[in-house]
Amino acid sequence: MNFADEIFELRELQRLEGHADRVWGLAWKPATGADGVPAVLASCSGDKTVRVWEQSPLTGSFQCKAVLEETHNRTVRSCAWSPSGKLLATASFDATTAIWEDIGGDFACISTLEGHENEVKSVSWNASGSLLATCGRDKSVWIWEVLPHNEFDCVSVLQGHTQDVKMVQWHPTMDILFSCSYDNTIKIWAEDGDNDDWHCVQTLNESNSGHTSTVWALSFNATGDKMVSCSDDLTIKIWGSDIMRMQSGDGNAPWKHLSTLSGYHDRTIFSVHWSRDGIIASGAADDAIRLFVESEDHLIYKVQKRVYIKRENYY
Amino acid sequence: MTLGLINANPVVHAKKERVARNDDSHAEDAVDPLEIYDYVRDIRDPEHPYSLEQLSVLSEESITVDEKLGRILITFTPTIQHCSMATVIGLCLREKLKDCFPPHFKVDIKVAPGSHANEESVNKQLNDKERVAAALENPNLRQLVDECLYSSEL
Repeated sequence: MNFADEIFELRELQRLEGHADRVWGLAWKPATGADGVPAVLASCSGDKTVRVWEQSPLTGSFQCKAVLEETHNRTVRSCAWSPSGKLLATASFDATTAIWEDIGGDFACISTLEGHENEVKSVSWNASGSLLATCGRDKSVWIWEVLPHNEFDCVSVLQGHTQDVKMVQWHPTMDILFSCSYDNTIKIWAEDGDNDDWHCVQTLNESNSGHTSTVWALSFNATGDKMVSCSDDLTIKIWGSDIMRMQSGDGNAPWKHLSTLSGYHDRTIFSVHWSRDGIIASGAADDAIRLFVESEDHLIYKVQKRVYIKRENYY
Repeated sequence: MTLGLINANPVVHAKKERVARNDDSHAEDAVDPLEIYDYVRDIRDPEHPYSLEQLSVLSEESITVDEKLGRILITFTPTIQHCSMATVIGLCLREKLKDCFPPHFKVDIKVAPGSHANEESVNKQLNDKERVAAALENPNLRQLVDECLYSSEL
C-alpha cells in the first residue's frame, strides 16, 4: 500500500484500566481483530500480572476477560502469543518465563522456564511456533524447543552480548534470531545445520553505522527483508538484507544499514514496530508516538503524521 | 563483599540553615529547584550516618529545572572517585522524587562531571528506567534505599 500521500490521524479509542502499576508490554493475539473474530490483547505489568482484553463485537469496547496472577512474583516485562494463539508466554523480572494455555477462557500456567540468572526482559516465538527465545540482564539469550505435552527443552544458551539483553525477535519467516542490547549492538543468531548448534553470525555495532547507546527494540517488515531498530541514542535505524540469498539457505546474508531517522524524538526511544501494511510506529520517553511510511524512493522515510499524546488530568 | 567502609573518613559539613518557604507559587505547576532540594537534602548516605547535604554529595546547585522543556537534572557528587554506592544514591534520589512532579517532567540523574571513575557507566544505569525499576524490586537494594530514605525520619 502506498501511504506516501495519505494524511494520517491517530485517535485514542479507549483507555483500559485495571493494572495497578506500569504496563510494560502488550501483544495482540494472532488471527483476531479481523474476519469477524473479536480482537484480543494481552498486557503485562509491574503489578506482577498479565491481563487479557477482548473487544466486544457489539460496542467495540475492550473488556478484561482474564487476569493471570499468582505466578510471577516480580514485574512481568514482556508477553507473546504463540503463532496459533493457543499459548501465551510471559517473561518476568523474577527470572522465569511462564507459559499459559487458554482453556475455554481460563488461563492456566502449564509450564515455567527457568535458567536465567536474573531478570528476563523479552520472549519471542518463531514463525512456526516450534521454538521460543528469551533474553535478560544476565547477558544471555536462551533458545527453547517446544515439545509435545507442554514440555519445553532448552536447546541453546547464547553468550556474546556484553551487557543486559533488552529484546529478542525471531525473523518473520526464517529461524534466524535477532537480539538487541544495553551493549549498543544488535546480534543475529543462526543454526549451523540442524544440530542445535546456534551461534552469532553477525553483530551490528557502531562500525556498521549501528547505534551508539542501548538498543531497546527491533521489528521486521512483512516480507522480512527489512528491519527497524530504536535506541537510547535517539535514532531509529532501518536495516536491509538480500531476501533471495537468505531464502536460498544462505542464513549468513549480511544485514546492512540503509537509513537513520534522527531528530524525531528527543528522549530514549523504547519501542518501534513495523505493521503488516508498512507503517513504522515509534514510542519514546518524550511522550510522543510517531508514524513513518516509505516514500517511492524506498530509502527515504518521511514523517506522515506525528501525534503528541499528553496525559492531562493525570492526578 | 567489602569489609569496612569504602570511605572511612568522609568530610562532614554543617547543615545549611533552612529558610522557611511559603506555599504560594506563581503557577500551580511550577517546579522550584529549592523545593526539590528540600526533599532530597536529608536523604541519608548509604554508608555514613550523615545526610547527603552534610557530606556535600548534594547542594542547592545540584538541581536544575527547565520548566519549558519539562526537564529536571540532578547532579550529585559521590564522596570519592571509586564510590560503589553511587548507584544506590542515584536510586534513593529517584525513589524519593518519584511522585513529586507533574508526570510530563522528565528527571535525569547524573554524577557531577569528573567526580567518579565510572561516570558514563553509572550515569547510563541511573537513567535506564528498566534497570532502575528492576533494582528497586531487589529486596536487598530496596531495604538499603528505604533505610536511606526513612532513617532521617526517626
